[in-house]
Amino acid sequence: MSDLSVSASPSVSMPPPSLMQSDARPKVSVRDLNFYYGENRALTNINLNLAANRVTAFIGPSGCGKSTLLRIFNRMFDLYPGQRAEGQVMLDSQNILDPKLDVNLLRARIGMVFQKPTPFPMTIYENIAFGIRLYEKISKSEMDVRVEKALRGGALWNEVKDKLNASGLSLSGGQQQRLCIARTIAVRPEVILFDEPCSALDPISTAKVEELIDELKNHYTIAIVTHNMQQAARVSDTTAFMYLGELVEFDQTNKIFTSPTDRRTQDYITGRFG
Amino acid sequence: MDAAGPYDRAKALNAFKAGDQIFYWMTRIAALSVLFILGGIILSLIAGAWPALKEFGFSFLLTQRWAPSADPPVLGALGPIYGTLVTSLIAMAIAIPVGIGIAIFLTELCPAWLRRPIGMAVELLAGIPSIIYGMWGFFVLGPFLANHFQPFLIWAFEGVPVLGTIFAGPPSYLSLFNASLILAIMVLPFITAISVDVFKTVPPVLKEAAYGVGCTTWEVVRNVVIPYTRVGVIGGVMLALGRALGETMAVTFIIGNSFRITGSIFGPGTTISAAIASEFAESDGLHQSGLILLGLLLFVLTFLVLSAARLMLLRLEKKAGS
Repeated sequence: MSDLSVSASPSVSMPPPSLMQSDARPKVSVRDLNFYYGENRALTNINLNLAANRVTAFIGPSGCGKSTLLRIFNRMFDLYPGQRAEGQVMLDSQNILDPKLDVNLLRARIGMVFQKPTPFPMTIYENIAFGIRLYEKISKSEMDVRVEKALRGGALWNEVKDKLNASGLSLSGGQQQRLCIARTIAVRPEVILFDEPCSALDPISTAKVEELIDELKNHYTIAIVTHNMQQAARVSDTTAFMYLGELVEFDQTNKIFTSPTDRRTQDYITGRFG
Repeated sequence: MDAAGPYDRAKALNAFKAGDQIFYWMTRIAALSVLFILGGIILSLIAGAWPALKEFGFSFLLTQRWAPSADPPVLGALGPIYGTLVTSLIAMAIAIPVGIGIAIFLTELCPAWLRRPIGMAVELLAGIPSIIYGMWGFFVLGPFLANHFQPFLIWAFEGVPVLGTIFAGPPSYLSLFNASLILAIMVLPFITAISVDVFKTVPPVLKEAAYGVGCTTWEVVRNVVIPYTRVGVIGGVMLALGRALGETMAVTFIIGNSFRITGSIFGPGTTISAAIASEFAESDGLHQSGLILLGLLLFVLTFLVLSAARLMLLRLEKKAGS
């Protein structure tokens, strides 16, 4: 805990430079981000970096803006009129919020896994092949290889290899969620967003998904929103605590959970509110 | 329940039970009456059609000639059956893509201010009585098609094998094609209204997931929305097809009521229901029995078409692996 002094000032939104940029370059960097639902401001002056090949967890009480922030990274809010973002979100050197940006291409680069499993109404094989086919024209045999690779990546291959033509909806909840993860990595994104991926899963499935996230960070940059603080502590390298639309504290995970600088962070992780 | 207190709980429950029994029998009778009515209609149709059935037998289906006043009378249903199938087929070929297209626009693409006017217009389309469609088809649409649309198609396909016969002239106010177009307009609201309703049941998160792998709106609709709502959409299409097969008044106005089959869809024809409507009032004896037999055929035809659709649905579901 020698670096307590580095982020001494409370509720300053900038990440402490010494911690955040020393060992990993930023893959996504957010600068002065504000977000509005119509007239309501849901996010206020957010500044942070998602480091490449690291897991960044977002924690905070319901309605603090974690999911909202996540949905900005792949411009999902575009689907709904009246929602808008101001500021800058850079993916490498490209501004995600640029209106001229091709959103479909962006969403292929930034994959998302949702709270509830969302298999498409088609076979297991097609669930994976579907996304690949959107951007690549490949032969049947190549597709078979890609599908297998994605299902292995999603730690699901051994369970489904004999029933690839069964409906994706026939799987259990935990399997469905891993199918969705496999589907997401099949299109070879650079960043994967997890929006409370385990909230609908039993403990064993949760453990599997967490294991998977740990493996995935070797290849991808990962952001995860979770209500489960133990989960954040287990899977993430850095943790952001958000409260009422503000980024209260952003630091290395072990530091957030052992010696948080901000009073509100401490109250939240010790269970005094939220 | 010995310690039930001052009142008798069993007695109170018994009173409820009697009410339950009455309710059970009322709903049961209502449900069973459907079976009785259906059976009664089938039986009276068969009884009415019996003389014609005995006289013509199986050849009724294969004879094109319809001469009730000849001696002996000759009655054949081939013309009306052909007309019924062809008009319904063309009507569905037009109404399905347009109807589903409108539904997709309304649910996925339409700006909020335009949604209500279009939705209301579609609903109002369903409220127009079929006799109005008939008159409009006769006085407005028929002449317009005959003067502007048909000559172009006839010219375009002249000399082309097969298509040349289908679109052969001369243009006419009264034709299978005109009737099909009117039918398409009439069944459109069914397809659109039901499609809109089932499209709205697609969970937003499922659509977001599809957008999340980089789909365009078209891809989301094609690969997620329509497969998810397939059963409902096909239900709407079936309802529309049922209406198209049986629609009478508007079709009688504009189809030309000719029992002869011509290869061209611009020629006049007739449908089963149109034939019955235009001849039943002045028929008697064997002629009337023949018309009732036509009605029985329509019944069977509708049943067959709906069963075929059911079968298709089952196979689709098997293919989707559910």
